[in-house]
Amino acid sequence: MSDISEESVRHLAGLARIALTDAEVTALTAELSQIVDVVAQVTSAVDADTPATSHPIPLTNVYREDVVTDDVLTPEQALASAPEHDGSRFKVSAILGEEQ
Amino acid sequence: MSELIHRTAAELATALAEGRASSVEITKAHLDRIEAVDGDVHAFLHVNAEVSLAAAAASDKRRAAGDPLHALDGVPVAIKDVLVTTDMPSTAGSRILEGWMSPYDATPVTKLREAGLVPLGKTNMDEFAMGSSTEHSAYGPTRNPWDLDRIPGGSGGGSAAAVAAFEAPLALGSDTGGSIRQPAHVTGTVGIKPTYGGVSRYGAIALASSLDQIGPVTRNVLDAALLHDVIAGHDRHDSTSLKHEWPSMAEAVRKADVKGLRIGVVSQLDGEGFQPGVLARFHEAIALLEANGAEIVELSLPSLEHAVAAYYLILPAEASSNLAKFDSVRFGLRVAPAGGGTVEQVMSATREAGFGAEVKRRIILGTYALSAGYYDAYYGSAQKVRTLVQRDFAAGFDQVDVIASPTAPTTAWKLGEQLDDPLEMWRGDLATIPANLAGIPGISLPAGLADEDGLPVGIQFLAPAREDARLYNVGGALEQLLVDKWGHTLLSKAPALKGGQR
Repeated sequence: MSDISEESVRHLAGLARIALTDAEVTALTAELSQIVDVVAQVTSAVDADTPATSHPIPLTNVYREDVVTDDVLTPEQALASAPEHDGSRFKVSAILGEEQ
Repeated sequence: MSELIHRTAAELATALAEGRASSVEITKAHLDRIEAVDGDVHAFLHVNAEVSLAAAAASDKRRAAGDPLHALDGVPVAIKDVLVTTDMPSTAGSRILEGWMSPYDATPVTKLREAGLVPLGKTNMDEFAMGSSTEHSAYGPTRNPWDLDRIPGGSGGGSAAAVAAFEAPLALGSDTGGSIRQPAHVTGTVGIKPTYGGVSRYGAIALASSLDQIGPVTRNVLDAALLHDVIAGHDRHDSTSLKHEWPSMAEAVRKADVKGLRIGVVSQLDGEGFQPGVLARFHEAIALLEANGAEIVELSLPSLEHAVAAYYLILPAEASSNLAKFDSVRFGLRVAPAGGGTVEQVMSATREAGFGAEVKRRIILGTYALSAGYYDAYYGSAQKVRTLVQRDFAAGFDQVDVIASPTAPTTAWKLGEQLDDPLEMWRGDLATIPANLAGIPGISLPAGLADEDGLPVGIQFLAPAREDARLYNVGGALEQLLVDKWGHTLLSKAPALKGGQR
């Protein structure tokens, strides 16, 4: 059985930056417990000697020349869809809370 | 309704080349069709007739000057909303990107434009491609043209329904665990997931980067091959893109022949858990191939039993990381809590409002799978299962040229039927997921209708990495054998859509 509690779902939601409602926390706690019980079968399907695969077709050292090409965005293009900007930079809300 | 909508892309290319139809006529015919039926089907999230007709007119002008860009110059194509476009909004089916205009085109879209194809619009999908039914689209579900009360598959239900409803001859999809192949299965159409890295993902809004692949969605195998030939190839903008000289997939279809082809049938993807009508059509298709010279080999791939579990750890883990970019700062929605707040609170309020239930479920699951204390047990073990799946396929492909299975266990279910049971819906991906875990290519093409419900059934073939052409060979051959046997295409048996104005 998984160890997922409402408290742990609230903690995960904080890490994932999603302000879940109480109803969502309750529903997700039940769903995640069921899901984790099923997916946990992977732990018994493998042993320590099996290597992990992160990419199906691994490529190494994919580099390019360190030069600016003609297909980079202009500042105007990069800012065009920003919720808020000052013409050259993205604007964000306060990054520190009162207690910080 | 113009007959042009019933032509294949290959036939449209010929009509254009022989001057029997213009791109404007063809594009207009499809826009009219969308106008007439998409109110019911809801395959499209965005259509802009002006933009499409301007592209069509430019194509006609090139052709009149004797300078077409490609055989498919002037043929319309629908684009899954996961691919970003400069002249149409790109939302990936999410509220968090509602109305967002990309400053650049995805590489597959660029390649379409460079070949002169005419973008018709953006197709509906499960939010960020998370789902098997399009019911998780923030903009409402797409309906299956075979039965409007049923799901069109997912996540690419919009692209599959668009071609099945003759709203577009061609479409692009993305396949992370079956999102191209399963919709093809339930709509009686063709879908291909190319080899991982075969088609650039630059500009494809990422779901799970070690699994995602872009591919063609069409009504027949030759059209898929023609589209595949346009979009394949190395792209310096995608660091996972393969530098490989791809053979012509269209050539593989034209020369299709299964004599001597060794086809593996996987015992883990047969029998229990599969609908009888799905199995019946699958075994008939295999028998037909055998009667025409293919050699059938029984295969056991035991690791596939753990593939779904591994996938639902790897996908949420990667998705939780990829979707962190929707932070209310650089693009997309911003929702401020009452009285303002810190950037962290604004982010949390934005993501609460902008993401749907399935996306939240998977992000939280992924965050859990990656968190300290669980990482090795869950994500680490899932990656090891991936190795076992790759080894099983490698051993299988030592004995056979291609591997066959039903594409999915059941035909299209009713809208709403599985919404409250995510695990049940996820299990439906058991036959398609292994190809994504292994990075190998797969095709689904129509195998017939199930006896129980008269709904389409697909057959899937898988090939080793970089051997996509083998899928077009076996798919092209089987399609021809089945059409000869039936005396018609499967889609010609789909009920006519009545009304449903957009």
